[in-house]
Amino acid sequence: MTNTTATRSVVIEREVPHPPDKVWRALTEGQLIEEWLMKNDFQPVVGHRFKLSADWGSVDCEVLTVELNKTLSYTWGAYGLESVVTWTLTPTSTGTHLRLEQSGFREDQQQAYKGAGYGWQNFLGKLEGVVGGLD
Amino acid sequence: MASANPVFRALADPTRRAIFEELTRRGEQTVHALTRYAGVSQPAVSKHLTVLKRAKLVRHRREGREAHYRAVPDALAPMADWLAHYGAFWRDRLDQLEDLLKRMDK
Repeated sequence: MTNTTATRSVVIEREVPHPPDKVWRALTEGQLIEEWLMKNDFQPVVGHRFKLSADWGSVDCEVLTVELNKTLSYTWGAYGLESVVTWTLTPTSTGTHLRLEQSGFREDQQQAYKGAGYGWQNFLGKLEGVVGGLD
Repeated sequence: MASANPVFRALADPTRRAIFEELTRRGEQTVHALTRYAGVSQPAVSKHLTVLKRAKLVRHRREGREAHYRAVPDALAPMADWLAHYGAFWRDRLDQLEDLLKRMDK
């Protein structure tokens, strides 16, 4: 991935010493999701709408992509802003490379700008400066 | 948190991003100059500038018949806050996910 993605989104990557199918279960089985994320009525079915709820409020979601043991994505509507959360699992010799991306731009809009050929990279360089200044 | 919304919305459009980026890079410019740069009609550029203005990403002043626009990069702060908020949120959740994986049966 280029740092274009990294700068306009939250991206977290981790190496976990567990196989992808096990990580997949933790990401897609309601009871397991509740243990690390929030209460939910998740179903790994494209188009399924679900709610994640906690004592501070709830998040409205819709499943966008389900590729068994590989990719899971859903919309994430909270604070009046819809973003997209994407999980990518890649098998490694020791387990799984787990990548999480949350982007404030919808996928279709990302597609649109890729073809635009404008100076988006420059802008992102500046944005990175702003975000970097927060640390 | 809610105030990140207009910023994300405004920058979700590739032409608006291009206009904002151009203003950030080159400083103040007229609607005319921006129209040449963006390659879309002047009314379209004006519309985009209105959206950017609402998100407080640009400011303008009038000089004669021309409106001059400039970028306000500080307006990106809510978006940066959003990124920082979710960065911390997910790091914490992923720690819990890893704990769960340790407890789970194969």
